[in-house]
Amino acid sequence: MLHIVSCVKQTPKSDNVKIDPATGCLVRSGTESAMNPFDEFALEEAVTLKEQVGGKVSVITMGPPQAEAVLRDSIARGADEVFQLGDRAFAGSDTWSTSYALSKGIEKISSLQKVDLIICGKQTNDSDTGHIGPQISAWLKIPNAAFVKKVVRVNEKSIVVERLTEDGSEIVELQFPCVLSVVKEINKPRVRSVKGRMLAKRAPVTVWTADDVQADKTMLGINNCPTRVVKSFVPKREVNATVVEGQNGKEKAAKLVELLKENNYI
Amino acid sequence: MNLKDYKNVWIFAQVQRGKLSLTAYELLTAGRKLADELGEKLCAVLLGSQVKNHAQDLIEHGADIVYVCEDPALENYMDDTYARVLADLVAQYKPNKFLIPATNMGRSLSAKTAVLVGTGLTADATDVTINPADGQLHATRPTFGGNLMATITCAKTRPEMCSLRPMAYEKAAANPGRKGEIIITKVDVKKYVSPLAQFVEFIQSKEGGIDLSEAEVIVAGGRGVGKKEGFKLLEKLAARLGGAVAASRGPVDSGWIDYRYQVGLTGRTVKPKLYIACGISGQIQHMAGMSGANVIVAINKDPDAPMMKAAHFAVEGDLYDVIPAMLDALH
Repeated sequence: MLHIVSCVKQTPKSDNVKIDPATGCLVRSGTESAMNPFDEFALEEAVTLKEQVGGKVSVITMGPPQAEAVLRDSIARGADEVFQLGDRAFAGSDTWSTSYALSKGIEKISSLQKVDLIICGKQTNDSDTGHIGPQISAWLKIPNAAFVKKVVRVNEKSIVVERLTEDGSEIVELQFPCVLSVVKEINKPRVRSVKGRMLAKRAPVTVWTADDVQADKTMLGINNCPTRVVKSFVPKREVNATVVEGQNGKEKAAKLVELLKENNYI
Repeated sequence: MNLKDYKNVWIFAQVQRGKLSLTAYELLTAGRKLADELGEKLCAVLLGSQVKNHAQDLIEHGADIVYVCEDPALENYMDDTYARVLADLVAQYKPNKFLIPATNMGRSLSAKTAVLVGTGLTADATDVTINPADGQLHATRPTFGGNLMATITCAKTRPEMCSLRPMAYEKAAANPGRKGEIIITKVDVKKYVSPLAQFVEFIQSKEGGIDLSEAEVIVAGGRGVGKKEGFKLLEKLAARLGGAVAASRGPVDSGWIDYRYQVGLTGRTVKPKLYIACGISGQIQHMAGMSGANVIVAINKDPDAPMMKAAHFAVEGDLYDVIPAMLDALH
């Protein structure tokens, strides 16, 4: 029996992110939110492992009240219990503080029922850092592996995984408890079941404050986290596309090669 | 933490399977500039079982000091061992700034080390500068898939850590015979080896060839390639140009090519000198992974495809006509 915790985040849907060019701020109004797409693979892997070896999947998120929606969505996707870290004290946290808060939340979940495995997505689609998985493992002083593309085998005590490197892949074995960050290659998330959708509607969502998880508030939030965004701006893309002319593909290809050579691009 | 105790700019020179990552030279370029502006030294850190042989090379590419930590237990990258050793070195030598490559290894290592050290980390920066007013590191990075740039600081803790996107900086040129100091560090690596994590084996990428993150030329295919075999043609062009093959999401989802070649929001980020997009429409998710390329060429049947607008050179046509003709023209 494994107790697996999957970490999820509510983020803007990546295909309709809009930035106000004047202010450089994210246009929130009318922006649909959803589960961070990378977290879908993390949750799917947790549910798959539960089905294979038996156990329970708990899901934790940190976010404002409306983030409850991703927790209900997690139930629809096969999670058993859901927890929300909801407190003004968490607002504006960077990855260092966020991973600290999540690690305190996971400790609390583990005090209710011992946690064996924590699975995170590779990164989020809004901040793209990939910090959270490795940092949770650092706070909890447990091993981790990132860029995991495959679970090779699993038993009650440990898990063997394959992780991507730039030159191939590596097989590592981690004793429980441990943290994995997974890439999309690991699985194909299932369609939410009708039963799951029904369960999602009435599932209880446990909400915890910083005090509830015994998190040190001097390590949380926009005023206490180590990093700060001092400026944001929309990148300039000045491209004047040169249309490569020619009567046919062959002529255009010859012209393109000439242009690339002329400019020392090849 | 007395911030004044922290001096020098560090870079992590990644070594895997005995090979020095080319990102080390990029970090030396970025780090050299920071060190000069601060009037401090540029230092490189080498971890591994046998890595000292790379030290002089790093010095010739701009490092003033190379810290070498060798131990058989560092033969393969394990997150816990590496992060704890690095945290020990930071505690001993107190660097002011610390750049780590945003490779798969570097992403995890930098994140874990930052928590162990108790300092802030900026992920995947594409530009790092020193703010002249206070000497702080300003790290600028793309967020929301490259739609927004954010400049991030870490005012109260040291070192200011930052992972730097591969290919964001030019590789430092070699200055043969350049002198520097090599310091063999005293770290009890054994005590940092976690008994809870074991390296089992390395599996070499079957395809071999040039790694995407280090490729200067990338020939990428989209749905327009139409079939698995089509990538053979792209490979020919890539080989002719000394580059690598990549893909947008469509071909990966269709099973024409492995996920490791996927460029974009859910794949990898690349920054080659030349990116040839063949039959790629240019959805924003794909653009997020390659818009940093110096020169973009689009080959597409549809002149109105977004990629044709984003490219520097747009070729309207069938890639199955254009690419063979390019191969002919390159002969």
